[in-house]
Amino acid sequence: MRFKLKVWRQKDPKAKGKLVEYEAIGVSPNTSFLEMLDVVNEGLVARGEEPIAFDSDCREGICGTCSLTINGEAHGPDHPGAACEVYMRRFKDGATIVVEPFRAKPFPLIKDLVVDRSALDRIVQAGGFVAARAGSAPEANSTLIPKHRADRAMEAAACIGCGACAAACPNASAMLFTAAKVSHLAFLPQGQPERTSRVLKMVTAMDAEGFGNCTNTYECEAVCPAEISASLIAKLNREYVIASLRRNAGE
Amino acid sequence: MIGSLDSKIPSGPLADKWANHKDHSRLVSPNNRRKFEIIVVGSGLAGGSAAATLGELGYHVKCFCYQDSPRRAHSIAAQGGINAAKNYQNDGDSVFRLFYDTIKGGDFRSREANVYRLAEVSNLIIDHCVEQGVPFAREYGGLLANRSFGGAQVSRTFYARGQTGQQLLLGAYQALCRQIAAGNVEMFPQTEMLDLVLIDGHAKGIVTRSLVSGRIESHSGDAVVLATGGYGNVFYLSTNARGCNVTATYRAYKKGALFANPCYTQIHPTCIPVSGENQSKLTLMSESLRNDGRVWVPKKPDDKRPPSQIPEAERDYYLERKYPSFGNLAPRDISSRSAKEVCDEGRGVGESGRGVYLDFADAIARVGENTIRERYGNLFHIYEKITGENAYERPMRIYPAVHYTMGGLWVDYNLMSNVPGLHVIGEANFSDHGANRLGASALMQGLADGYFVLPYTLPAYLAGQIGKRPATDHPEFRKAESDVQARTRKLLAINGKRSVDSFHRELGLLLWDKCGMARNAAGLSEALARIPALREEFWRDVRVPGDGEEFNQSLERAGRVADFLEFAELMCTDALSRDESCGGHFREEHQTPDGEALRDDEHFADVFAWEYQGNGSVAPPKLHREPLVFETVELTQRSYK
Repeated sequence: MRFKLKVWRQKDPKAKGKLVEYEAIGVSPNTSFLEMLDVVNEGLVARGEEPIAFDSDCREGICGTCSLTINGEAHGPDHPGAACEVYMRRFKDGATIVVEPFRAKPFPLIKDLVVDRSALDRIVQAGGFVAARAGSAPEANSTLIPKHRADRAMEAAACIGCGACAAACPNASAMLFTAAKVSHLAFLPQGQPERTSRVLKMVTAMDAEGFGNCTNTYECEAVCPAEISASLIAKLNREYVIASLRRNAGE
Repeated sequence: MIGSLDSKIPSGPLADKWANHKDHSRLVSPNNRRKFEIIVVGSGLAGGSAAATLGELGYHVKCFCYQDSPRRAHSIAAQGGINAAKNYQNDGDSVFRLFYDTIKGGDFRSREANVYRLAEVSNLIIDHCVEQGVPFAREYGGLLANRSFGGAQVSRTFYARGQTGQQLLLGAYQALCRQIAAGNVEMFPQTEMLDLVLIDGHAKGIVTRSLVSGRIESHSGDAVVLATGGYGNVFYLSTNARGCNVTATYRAYKKGALFANPCYTQIHPTCIPVSGENQSKLTLMSESLRNDGRVWVPKKPDDKRPPSQIPEAERDYYLERKYPSFGNLAPRDISSRSAKEVCDEGRGVGESGRGVYLDFADAIARVGENTIRERYGNLFHIYEKITGENAYERPMRIYPAVHYTMGGLWVDYNLMSNVPGLHVIGEANFSDHGANRLGASALMQGLADGYFVLPYTLPAYLAGQIGKRPATDHPEFRKAESDVQARTRKLLAINGKRSVDSFHRELGLLLWDKCGMARNAAGLSEALARIPALREEFWRDVRVPGDGEEFNQSLERAGRVADFLEFAELMCTDALSRDESCGGHFREEHQTPDGEALRDDEHFADVFAWEYQGNGSVAPPKLHREPLVFETVELTQRSYK
């Protein structure tokens, strides 16, 4: 197969970026999208040009490092899944493919297709945890958790923290990301003691990072590689309202 | 230089060693803890849990990772589960059984005391992770669920769908986030350790490079903890993440830390076969699939018929045939080697002939497609994405791939290397898995080290070190910084013709061929002759574009591959010196009449720990041997028949 690529190149955060055209020739349909970029980079290095910078690590869809917008879609055409799980057999031979970074104001660009997503870490640091000290836990089976609750917690906890939700959202909202963590812990008995303060702190951090609000476009759910349901955003809103009332009532 | 290796294993009965040791170890009082700075390199299950726990205790911790967030460490990709001796299934499990299965699974090449301690703290890990909010699988009544895993006859594995590593890592990451917010841990993402700094023989700091700005920096500490994972990527293709590397542990080795058992590598039996030469990594299909899948190949060589047209009588379910009592659940090393054997006989399947079938047809007929979908749906989905094939209709094709490395830096019972102050935890050390790791034991070891062992053993070192932390303007830091800078400049100045990856790929193929699932003296000697030549060519002809003071992924990779090119020689030297077969180290010269690994306990029941003397032929590494003393278990030929 062969493809024409238009790839976002930008030397550093201050430089002006632009789409640059490259050819990918002799690509096997069983090659992954990132491996196709590897081959293009090998060609660039051989010609003495700078390779395209892009992020990836596990290349099996779980670490959340890869962050490409392919033909305008966060993570490309093969949902649910991360960019590293897209294979070239998904494209028509001879197609033109546009490759851009995840674009959202709270994700400043580092180079080419690489962005800084540390804003997501800071949201978790604000309260996305249970204050459990090593050594002080009770016996694991002393608290029973009904299977359906554990399953719902797991569905929310599956978030890989890639930030595609914010990249796909017209408001650059990270509410799906935040909702996933708030819900995961709110579904479990261990998350109850800090339930109120957690949601208030995480939402405050989310706003402070410059992420926008949800206006129900559902783009986040459509691109989420971990299939996090947008209904959790409604849960986040409920958690937040209840917590705000509690705080205002001085509880 | 280095005398006899003292493993510092406490005396007394096996079951009391850890408790006694804790009772008599030195402590650091709460008001002194904040005076100590601990450097933790790596933020996976071991590093993340250690950094968080040391932070909770009141130490000041600096934690470093090459990823852009600590949550992305490769522990996240572990699928299957974590073992613990809870005996929730009432099927006869106990701390002793978990200990015994683990030491037997490791083919009796690990320390009794370490493995027993691991089994002992396994239960605390489950309690703690549940308390953190890890959503383990549960039964309808609300109790924790378990499943069985290779190499065990009890169900002791806890899991969170096929994403157990992810959920455990997020638990550690969240605990770490809490300590970052509290100001106890300072996090340095996208920062790579490029050298270890020793002052008066003690590990007192590291030199790092920011992967974003290229800035070289020194960090001093009262102790250094390496939790930098394994070296599986020396083979280029492995199930490891692209960034996994040997650099931190190899740099420590070059500064005097002993590297133990580097030839012990684990080849996992159930991975998706290689499909083309541009492939950048291999993907694991969880071992849990072997609970329901049956492994087979055609009886006839070169049988090109599609699997559905091969009648039952012409199939060889070789694991069930050779190991009737464990069948498809035989340990990883044994299953992998069996797959290689049948492919070597020309009976492999798929285009390349390097593959075997993992067939779910019987399980689907027995319990229905829906049940199989519930159990393994995400794995079947991944398989279809990668291969374009539907495994509900057609058997999966699998083949072994490099997955885990049991070898690592030598540590004593306190997890401290022979370099005072340098502690090594998780996959980066050598201590608990011997020559083969059982499934669901890696997560257990990483978290045991970080949550429940290091926090007790580190104070024993720190107690004598109050006020000894150097400033980073010490000449040793200056020297290490300038060495790092000189090396970076050298890599950038070569400006040759070949890419970094082309060297890495060539090294990987050579090692897979000569130091992979089966090894022999002739092949290892050949590899040892070829590696220095390849390394020489690398330093003459590699092309690393860009410059050092910027985000430069080619430069990152070049530094790691340069270390792999040296480390590979150490690995082959170890494999050649260990003139026996054990676990994942299969020397073709040493096998039983039916082709199993044949140990030589008289000559090799010890740890090989290598001391750096200079590269390769210039000065071969010096071997130190730590005898393994078995007070409790009897060494037997492993049998899974």
